Amino acid sequence: MDKFSVYSARLVEKAEYFACGHRACQGCAEALAVRLVMKALGRNTIVAMATGCMEIVSSPLPTTAWEVPWIHVAFENASAVISGCESGMKAMMRKGKLPPKKINFVAMGGDGATADIGMGQLSGALERGHDFVYVCYDNEAYMNTGIQRSSSTPWGASTTTSPAGKISKGQYTQKKDLPKIAIAHNIPYVATACPSFPFDLMEKVEKAAAIQGPAYLHILSVCPTGWRIPTEEAIKYGRLAVNSCVFPLYEYEYGRYRLTYRPTPILPVREYIEGQGRFRHLTPEDIDAIQKRTMAEYDKLVKLSEEG
Amino acid sequence: MAKERKGIEVSLALAEAVGQADCDVISAYPITPQTHIVEHLSELVADGHLDAEFVPVESEHSAMSVCCGAAAVGARTFTSTSSQGLALMAEIFFIASSMRLPVVMALANRSLSGPLSIWNDHTDTMMVRDGGWIHVFVENGQDAYDHVFWAFRVAEDSAVRLPVALNIDGFIMTHMIEPIDFEDDELIKRYLPEYRMEKPLHPDDPVSMGCFAMPEIYTEAQIARERALVESYATCVNAWEEWAALTGRRYHPVETYRADDAEYCIVTMGSLGETAMAAVDELREQGEKVGVIKIRLWRPFPFDDIYRAVAGKDTLIVLDRAISFGGPGGPVALELRSAMCRRPQAPAIVNYVAGLASRDVTVDDFKSIILGGKAKAAEGDLAGFTLYGLRE
Repeated sequence: MDKFSVYSARLVEKAEYFACGHRACQGCAEALAVRLVMKALGRNTIVAMATGCMEIVSSPLPTTAWEVPWIHVAFENASAVISGCESGMKAMMRKGKLPPKKINFVAMGGDGATADIGMGQLSGALERGHDFVYVCYDNEAYMNTGIQRSSSTPWGASTTTSPAGKISKGQYTQKKDLPKIAIAHNIPYVATACPSFPFDLMEKVEKAAAIQGPAYLHILSVCPTGWRIPTEEAIKYGRLAVNSCVFPLYEYEYGRYRLTYRPTPILPVREYIEGQGRFRHLTPEDIDAIQKRTMAEYDKLVKLSEEG
Repeated sequence: MAKERKGIEVSLALAEAVGQADCDVISAYPITPQTHIVEHLSELVADGHLDAEFVPVESEHSAMSVCCGAAAVGARTFTSTSSQGLALMAEIFFIASSMRLPVVMALANRSLSGPLSIWNDHTDTMMVRDGGWIHVFVENGQDAYDHVFWAFRVAEDSAVRLPVALNIDGFIMTHMIEPIDFEDDELIKRYLPEYRMEKPLHPDDPVSMGCFAMPEIYTEAQIARERALVESYATCVNAWEEWAALTGRRYHPVETYRADDAEYCIVTMGSLGETAMAAVDELREQGEKVGVIKIRLWRPFPFDDIYRAVAGKDTLIVLDRAISFGGPGGPVALELRSAMCRRPQAPAIVNYVAGLASRDVTVDDFKSIILGGKAKAAEGDLAGFTLYGLRE
């Protein structure tokens, strides 16, 4: 009975640790993800955040949207900064300089901060085994600087540095599989989530925080501005991403894979892709290719999940 | 540790001092010639002599980032690097001071690439001169040991709260075995009590650190940094005075040797000061009225101490260990020329750059530099700089 999904939404923590009044765009599903993550983590949390949308919208001096201790140092180093916080607290508690307390150490960054510029630092922190949670809010491009491609941008997406053109389909590489990279570090817990499935997301956050050692959460965060969709449809597109298996919800716990949600029926990827301005140049053949690749990847996950 | 004198490599003595300072977090990445410092610290932790977290990171950028995180929760924090490592961590170096995080760094000074060189000069530290840190230069092993405590004491002082770079010449000092007076732990505890940060990151009293600034606040944030650094001078001096009261070893922002009655002086920073002193002794025997001025505190720049030290001198021969490419000379000479500008009876300033990448600067070399500088001043040849010992 420890699962959020069996409670009604009313039982979710009412306190807000990511306060309203921040400056995120209308319909930002990343801000919603941060809010849900913070509700699941609760008060006894220290957050180190990478430079990016969520940092900029939440912390213009002299204001802050953070109701928990929060630190931002630079773009690429949230994992190293939280390593320092965790090590410092650990040493001081051991030496009696601080009273003991269970604290969640959490680093957060966007897909650029995680998949690109902060990849080495994330790898270092996972490898060293700090007791922390890394949360990647993946909106599939550098949205803060104006929708430039990252290595987490999906194939075919048109961005300001991978524009679709007469001889280009937009992004020419496949999306980097960050959860797999995290799993390759043999850490105890890795999961994917999406704020369109809030109870699944919060349950995974709780699990990640409770587990001793590093945990990695990859959260698909729909960006209406960058994906060129109506602001009121962010939740819908999150659901479409999951129900078309473009973004499967799964977890990896102590070596075992588990799909936490199996869409029935599986929707065609066309339904996910069609309405997004970033994919509008794609032909039916292009979408077929994405469909094939999506199902091939999903089938691999189903197999891993069945192996347990 | 009890009070004793022992012959020990300077890097090891410096690491022992960090241990005596009861540091909580050490984070570092290996780079020559800093390695012996962090190797010995990891040994102290491994043997249980120092109860600290040693965080062996994957780059210097992460080392400084870990230090920022650790200092933000109120831990006593130390790192050490050199050259390319400093260049890689430079981004966070500047942020550490802007966030007022009292990290202490032993900077084993080494040439900056390229071409790649592991040897000693001051090209690395000059790159971060404007990074908002307190910079101190030490001259010998005893200095290095003593200044670890001084650095933590100054950095963590609630009136200062700034990071401190302890500049120590790579190889020339880090790898030297010298007799060093160790102080007992009780004395160290009296000088450097347990650090209590006023507003650390803690869930009991949440604060936000590292918020961004719009243009209407950025300017004020910069002047706050400037004032903090300038005002740290008083704490720097007080901390030296208290150290002198406890140990008898006295340090000053600017130190002089046989300079009181000197007509002209050689100006140095770092370990070459002792060689300069030997050269001055020999020249004094030949009747030259020459002395040595040694700059210990580089940032905040000790203007008044410099003015006192140069009063009555005709000429300063400034020895730099770095070049400001395309500029008018070495960084120390630049500083002095600007400090002396439009002052009454300002001395003439001649600039030499020497000892790049550990090229030897012997007592004889110092004598040629001093006499050559004197001749240049007499001819009025004061522009630019001379690269001493250049093979062309």
